[in-house]
Amino acid sequence: MEAGGSHVLMKFTIEVGRYNPEGTYADDAKQGAPYPAPWASSPPRRYQSYEVDLPEHAVVLDALIEIREYQDESVAVRCACRSAICGSCAMWVNGHAHLACKSKLQEFTKDGKTRVESPPSMPVIRDLVWDMKPFWDNHRRVTPWLENKPLPPPMQEYRVTNEAMEELIQEVTCISCGCCLMDCESFAVNKDFMGPHALAKAYRYAADPRDDETQKRLGEYSQQGGVWDCTHCFECVQQCPKGVEPLEQILKLRRMAVNAGYTHNAGTRHADAFAESVKHSGRLNELTLLPKSVGFFNVLGQLATLPSAFNMIRAGKLPPIIHKTIPGVKRIKAIFDRVGGRFK
Amino acid sequence: MKVAFHPGCVSKGACPELYVSATKIAGTLGLELQELTEAPCTGAGVLSEQNPDLGDSLNALTLAMAESMGGNLMTICSTCQGVLSSVNHTFEKKPERLEKANKTIADQGYTYKGTTKVKHLLWMLFEDIGVDKLKSVIKRKLTGLKIAPFYGCYILRPSDSLGLKERPERKTYLEQLIELLGAERVDYTGSGKCCGFPMLTFNRDKSLAMGGNHILEAKEKGADAMVTPCPLCHLNLDGQQPDAALAISRPLETPIFHLPQLLGLALGFSPEELRLNHHVVSTKRALEKVELKV
Ligand code: SF4
Ligand code: SF4
Ligand code: SF4
Ligand code: SF4
Ligand code: FES
Repeated sequence: MEAGGSHVLMKFTIEVGRYNPEGTYADDAKQGAPYPAPWASSPPRRYQSYEVDLPEHAVVLDALIEIREYQDESVAVRCACRSAICGSCAMWVNGHAHLACKSKLQEFTKDGKTRVESPPSMPVIRDLVWDMKPFWDNHRRVTPWLENKPLPPPMQEYRVTNEAMEELIQEVTCISCGCCLMDCESFAVNKDFMGPHALAKAYRYAADPRDDETQKRLGEYSQQGGVWDCTHCFECVQQCPKGVEPLEQILKLRRMAVNAGYTHNAGTRHADAFAESVKHSGRLNELTLLPKSVGFFNVLGQLATLPSAFNMIRAGKLPPIIHKTIPGVKRIKAIFDRVGGRFK
Repeated sequence: MKVAFHPGCVSKGACPELYVSATKIAGTLGLELQELTEAPCTGAGVLSEQNPDLGDSLNALTLAMAESMGGNLMTICSTCQGVLSSVNHTFEKKPERLEKANKTIADQGYTYKGTTKVKHLLWMLFEDIGVDKLKSVIKRKLTGLKIAPFYGCYILRPSDSLGLKERPERKTYLEQLIELLGAERVDYTGSGKCCGFPMLTFNRDKSLAMGGNHILEAKEKGADAMVTPCPLCHLNLDGQQPDAALAISRPLETPIFHLPQLLGLALGFSPEELRLNHHVVSTKRALEKVELKV
């Protein structure tokens, strides 16, 4: 296993999260099972250690193939291109989503070992092979194609500007690996959420000048499970191996939706209440933010927040009733007047 | 050491105990805080999400104010840290955005040259104050207390604007601090995850479940308390904890300390001075472990 003949071999320890639906590991799984996260979609797995000798530049996938080919043929792993293009080797490496073929073992060795497993927020098929059904189901939900009527006249084509296409390049580089979804904090507790990859894809079509259904799309994406269900945790930006930055695309969709008039949602009310308070006092008025975001006429929503409001008052954690204005607030107002857009 | 200090709205609003404890411990740490009383809210990402120019201009103003005071800006809120770092990063990468923001704030008497360094108190402890100095001011070891760190999002992600590539150790400061103070650190998977706060008004149950799950995990791993550098995380994890317990149908009762409160205990301040009696989830049982009463 000395490619090129001149590489120094190093010893790496790989801990593989094993799971076999046929029950071979059912008993073992109980021992050494990880914390059974209440939100987990996959069952506990058993960790099995392997030692491999590989060149210092080896990646996680090299180790897994070495294990499967020469040590334990029962280890199930999915891969194809081995060059960060097909997306099939996405898995959890040391607790986060990564492409195994792009993850250098040396960088991922922690306390002498690297742990690989299927992501807990996804169903698992076997060992490192997880079920991409939730990924593709969500993908389909956003109508991932151009809706274009009428069709171009025969023998002609639609022309778009370079600038319009440049705006979409970031999303076009998506390889559908699922790294963003498997680490998405919102999806972990909310399976109704379309998820970062699907919404990034949604932006790609909503912002394409050739699409005729932008308005309808924005309406759909503003519903429950859409753009407002993202918790803004940046995990998708952090984990995407292709720099798609799904959160950035979600934020652009939010902006498009609001500008298109889809403002009857807590997300827009929250932003408006936030802006209003910063504009008038320079600071956030927490006392009014929550009720304004929930909506003054949303009686059930308001009631739901009462117990915690009461607890906080009791602990002395209520923001001052009289909201103080920062000195020099005039500057802030001037800035809002100049660039505030909708918040002017 | 003189630092421009941006306390953030939450420490002046729903988490006054954070402001009180941070300003209390500053002197002992050798920090001379010069509060930016005229700096606006960072917009918490909410304003810039709808209007990037607005976020750029408001934060350019704050960064310029700090610059005119020497260029070292300290935050005590992860969200402020994240927003200010990301604006700084954008200005560095896209000078045209800085130019545009400067045009907006010029007639307010400010221009930002781009030299301000933004650091959360947590980073300052290790990078400016130093472990030796910290060790020398610790009066009371927190031996016997098991603490789970909770970073939250915006002090960890996105890592390039927070300088985590150059300084990966920033991801471990909370653990290091817990050990330095003599407490036992609890490792669990939720320490760098989201508390759910940004979703609280849109999707309350899911937001509560998100935070509740992390507390539950820390508790089941043996934590007596959790510590966070983010007041917004505190609002969700402490303020909403009774509701989070209902949302996931499990008892939680795990107190959440603000970073300066935990540090303040080790520096010898009393629980009352640090306002540890102003939490929704009582800190009493945790404090008794280090023979303190509240
Ligand atoms: S930022 Fe939003 S979409 Fe991205 S991982 Fe977090 S919750 Fe999911
Ligand atoms: S957005 Fe990035 S992480 Fe998500 S599926 Fe596409 S390439 Fe993978
Ligand atoms: S980001 Fe949050 S804490 Fe920071 S200034 Fe604004 S509201 Fe306050
Ligand atoms: S964990 Fe929660 S409050 Fe904290 S930074 Fe993330 S979203 Fe904000
Ligand atoms: S094997 Fe194709 S992306 Fe890793």
